[in-house]
Parts: sequence; C-alpha cells; structure tokens
Amino acid sequence: MIRDHFRILTVDLATGKGKVVTLGGRDTEAGGSGLAALLFNKYGHPGKPWHDPEQPLIFTIGPLTGYFPLMSKTVCGFKSPYHDQYGESHAGGRSALSLRFADLDGLVVTGKAKELSCLSIGSRHLELMDVHYMRGIDLQRSGKMLRKMIGGAGHRSILRIGPAGENLSAYACITVDTYRHFGRLGGGAVMGSKNLKAIAIQGDGVFDLPEGKEYVDLFEEVHRQLTTTDMMDKYHNLGTPVNVAVLNGLKALPIKNLQQTTDSKIKGITGETFADDTLLRNTACAGCPVGCIHIGFVREKFMEPNQYLYRQVSYDYEPIFATGAMLGITNAFGVLGIIDTVEKMGLDVMSAGVALAWATEALEKGIISEKETLVPLKFNDAEGYKEAIQHLGSNSNDFYRLLAQGTMKAAEQYGGEEFACVLGQEMGGYATGEVFFTSQAQGFRHSHLDSGGYSYDQTHEEKNVEKAVEFLMRDEQDRVLLTSMVVCLFAREVYTDELLAHCLNSLGYTTLADNMHQVAQHIQKLRWRLRLATGFDPTAVKIPKRFTEITTWKGNIDKKYLNNLKKEYAKRILELGKEEKKE
Amino acid sequence: MKTAKILTTPRMERCIGCHACSLACARLVNKRLSWDTAGIRIVSSGGLSTGFEAKPCLACNPAPCALACPTGAFSQRKGGGVLVKRKLCIQCGECAAACPVDAIYLDAATEPFVCIHCGQCVPFCPHDCLEMAEVPVEALPEKARKEVAP
Repeated sequence: MIRDHFRILTVDLATGKGKVVTLGGRDTEAGGSGLAALLFNKYGHPGKPWHDPEQPLIFTIGPLTGYFPLMSKTVCGFKSPYHDQYGESHAGGRSALSLRFADLDGLVVTGKAKELSCLSIGSRHLELMDVHYMRGIDLQRSGKMLRKMIGGAGHRSILRIGPAGENLSAYACITVDTYRHFGRLGGGAVMGSKNLKAIAIQGDGVFDLPEGKEYVDLFEEVHRQLTTTDMMDKYHNLGTPVNVAVLNGLKALPIKNLQQTTDSKIKGITGETFADDTLLRNTACAGCPVGCIHIGFVREKFMEPNQYLYRQVSYDYEPIFATGAMLGITNAFGVLGIIDTVEKMGLDVMSAGVALAWATEALEKGIISEKETLVPLKFNDAEGYKEAIQHLGSNSNDFYRLLAQGTMKAAEQYGGEEFACVLGQEMGGYATGEVFFTSQAQGFRHSHLDSGGYSYDQTHEEKNVEKAVEFLMRDEQDRVLLTSMVVCLFAREVYTDELLAHCLNSLGYTTLADNMHQVAQHIQKLRWRLRLATGFDPTAVKIPKRFTEITTWKGNIDKKYLNNLKKEYAKRILELGKEEKKE
Repeated sequence: MKTAKILTTPRMERCIGCHACSLACARLVNKRLSWDTAGIRIVSSGGLSTGFEAKPCLACNPAPCALACPTGAFSQRKGGGVLVKRKLCIQCGECAAACPVDAIYLDAATEPFVCIHCGQCVPFCPHDCLEMAEVPVEALPEKARKEVAP
C-alpha cells in the first residue's frame, strides 16, 4: 500500500501475540535495507549475543515492491551467528509480494517460542502453530507438511529451516518457497534459536492504485524493457551459470579449494552443459517476468531392477562454483546431487561447499584425519560430499560442529588457516583479483553482491588504490538504494536513477524521488554504523595466504596492492561510521 | 457466422509463476494492486516442483455463475462467460459457489472478480501461455435466456 510511513508487524514468539506498529522514516530510510537497519536500531540489542531471545529477526520490503516488475526481493536483517554482528541477507520467491499483500512493510519477530513453531500471518490473521513434530525433518518433507497445513496455494510464501537451522549452524539458511534462500550469514540459525521452524505469509490484501494513467503506462514501459530487449537475456537464457565458462576462461574460477583457477574439465559443469543435459524448466519470483530460476533434476536408482526416483533442484552460478568447481566435481548431475543434499539440510550452499573444500585439502595434507571427517573426502567424489553434508548439517561430531560455525573457526583449531577460502565468510565464486577479495572480505554483507569488485577487476588494469576504493564505496551506495526499493540486483542496469525516480514519483513518493542520492548515503552510513556498533573492525580483517598464491589472466596477485586496498577500504568504512556519529 | 473472443490458457506448461497476468488484470481491469482480484489467478499445486495452474473462467455457456446470480449482476455473455454489472451486485457470493472451477474470487467484502475475456493480460505473459481464441456465438440456450432476465 502507498503510504508515507511504515506499517510493521511485531510478533513476540514467547506469547504468540503481535502488534501493528506505525513508524515514520519513509523519506529517509525508504524501505528494504534502510528499513531493516531502522528496525534493528529500534528493536535490536547491539551488546547482547545473536541468540538472545530479545534479538529481532527482521524482514522488510520497499516502496516499489509489487508495484513494478522485479521489485521482488525481501531483505532479512539480524544479528548474525557467523560473526555476532549485524548482517543482511536477501531473497525473492514469493516472500516480497506476500508481505506487500499482507499489508506489511516489515515483520519483526522477537522472543523464543515454547515449542518448535510455525508463525502464520496474513492481512487478516496471525497464528503461532505448534509444530514440535517437525523437529529434525528435512526441508523437502517439512515443505510438503506445511503446504497441507496452510491454505492459499500460489499466493503465500513459506520461509522454513532445516536440521542445520535447528542445530544452530552459523551458515544455516532460510529457504523461501523451495527454490530461493536467505542464504548467507546464518538467518536459519536465528530462526532455530527462536524455535521457529517456519513463517507462512499469506498475501491476501488488495490495494487501490494511483489515479490517472502515469503509473499504468510506466509499468508497461518497464515491463517492455525487461521482456523485449536483451537487457535481461543473460538471466533468462543460461542464467548465472553462464559465468562458469567465462571465469574458467579468465583463469578466475576457484577450483579445488582455490588451488587452481582454470581447468579444461570444467566443461562438464558449464551453464551450457547444465542447460543441454539437466534443465527441466525455468521459474520466477512473483512479480518478475524474467524467470531466472533454472530447475534441473537428480535421478537416483534406489532398487534393482530399474527402480528410479527423481527430484527437481534449482541451480545457479554460486551453487555450481561452491559444490562443483571448489570440490573438483566436473559432472553436472554430481553437482545437482550435492546441491539437493544441501537443500534438504538447509545450509548455505556457498559456505557448505567452500567449507568442505577446505576440509578436503586439510585431510589431504594430514592436518585432520578421517576420525574428524568420518568420510574419506576426495575432490571429485560427489557421493562422499553428500554424506559429509549430512554430517555438517547434523553436527555429527565435534569437527563438523565446529566446521558448521565457519571454516576459519575450524582452521583456527585444527590448522590450515592459510588455505581457508574465507573473505569475511566463505568466498563467493570470483577469483578475479585484489579488488574483489577486498570487497568481499570487508564488505557490509561479506557478499559478492555488496559492490561490483569482480567487475572492477575485469575492467581496470591500473592499480590505483584510491580510485578502486572510491568505486567500491560508490557502487555500494548505488546498490543500497536498489536494495531499499527493493529491486532484484539482476535488474540494476534497467533501474537507472532516472527510472527509479520516475517510478517513485508515479506512486506519489515525490520527496523520496527528489532525494534518492542523500537517502542512499544516509542508509549506507546507517548500516555501517550498526555493523561497527555490533563489533566489526575492518582493520582486523585478514585475507588468507591462498588468495595471494593464485594466478589469474592478469598474472600473479599483487600483495602490496591488496594490502593497500584493505587499509584504504578499512579507513573509508571507519570514516563513514564516525561521520554518522557526529550528526 | 458471428464470433466472440475468449481467454484460453493452452500453454500453461510454460508458466514460470511470475503472476504478471494476474497483476495485469488487477491493475488494468479492476484498478487494484493485487494477485487475487483478477480474472486469472495462478496457483502452484502441491509446491513449486509441480509447476503452475491457471484458474481462469472457462467461458461456460450457459454459465452456472450467471444462472446462480439472483440480481442480474452476472449475465450470460455471447460466446461464453459472463457480463458483469457491478452496480447490481449484492455481494451474496452465489456466483463463486456455483463456479465449478473456482474461477471467481470473492474479496473480504464478498465482491466477486471474474474474467471478462478482454485479453488485457495476454501481452504481459513472457512465455506466451495465454491466447485469445475465437469462438462461434450461438443463440443462447433456452434455460440461460430465462434465467438471465432481471
């Protein structure tokens, strides 16, 4: 609904009761990332640990959600179990439109439920259901059970966790509508710590539209650009897995725990191979006509003679990099089998793959033994990795319990820190060079999407520290505006500042449209201030030795350049935090 | 022979679940932001892995919803489906109860929303799942003629 304030539902899981809260800030925090930070400032406790029942789990959408195509993402804000600092994770599916049609700009969940529970909300209902019988049940089975319990197929979103979330893995994900995820930084463990197995959001509200033709005509124009030009072709066609061959060709694909950056065998897991051999169909987030979600399949022979079962598995570049290239798997079905197991356990696929890549090399080097790994981990052994992922999600022993808290935590205890591929959290799939490594290691979300460091590496030969860091700061600011609207970052080329302003104006958000740049600056500062207040020290960030040992298309990594980038970026982050305190 | 156009959904196997059709109908026909108050609604049956189904009006002739309507708000449309006169509607919900394929949505105030076969949703489908089909306009069946008289 178009309004000059935020309408927030807060729910206390200890009592099962909720409250609708009206908050100002539309013209300053906008929504999405900005609203999540605003809500953490209001409801969060920087000094208390992430699992304190009082800590909020926040979901927010933006002023344009549902009103324009690809405004289809939800921002999740929480104190992360990965580093006990404020963090954000983003997901699509039907979550954003369901929140919009539930007439909420944000949902804040606090407290801890007495029993494992499912929170069911809509524009006209709120219920906390006891689902204690779902404890330990994997995501695929719990999904089937929840769908039967909750009405409104097609116009609802179900956010749920698997065993990894219940077991408080620091990189347990929240799965959204089967194929999308709040993947990174352990939102699943926050739900687990609150005894919250699932959140079902029924999008059953209806709203009036602005009068006149401006909005309707603008919608049609944006829809046309997205569907009839080639601007979104990459995502619609092969999807993000198109990057596999490109990065392999550039010598920038992390392979076998980043011991290699290119390999001719990678052709077995390129986007082209996935499309030719495994692609069943595409699907989409609600409100997005692009349909970038690629669905492949796994087929298993479970009995002789010729008795098979099959499951559908979504794939993208990042899961293929993490459970394929990093684990030396060069068979597309092998990769899908591992992703499928990760999905059942409810782990972040990137962290899980990179963690097991480290464990494999540590086992090879004799730093750990099979006593720890329980499985004889070997690069290119998909069956072994499927077993290991079940151990990782189940905390099978002390080793897996620690590894599930983060690769570096395990490396600090067992050794092998120098080859732990951790940049703030387990790395994204871009061995493009110094600027990306700095960007992820110190970036706000430690995400490959915080800013386009991977792109800067590919388009700039010169090693100008100030210019590179200025790019990271500016690009982050541009992206935080988008994630406050909340637009899918795949549409960042389409939603220019001019178009965003036009969209906001057409809905009557004229002040916001006039001040987008200042709003983005403000939100960027607000987020960093929160991050610093919850303990982040950008000067203490370490980039493991392995990242300096690689060779890309540009040659060897320049350690001095990397070090200087790190120092300068830390300085700029601290300046941003301090500046806000003066205001 | 006289013909009329009706909305059909011949290629739903291609549907990606973007809801662009429902959103377009709500926006352009019913002037609302919604995926419910639309003449075509998309559902996933038993989870996203089973694909999507559309819930459109099948353009019945005679239309059970028109026969059930006690006030003439719904009347038989030539070629199938119904003509809707909102001013005559008393929001009793009988139309939705009579529809055999759950194609009529009742909002919180029991106001009905049904496809009027205008085709405005069709160009918004990115995968060409929808199509306006030409059908012959036949004389109204005797039963329908009697029932639709206000």
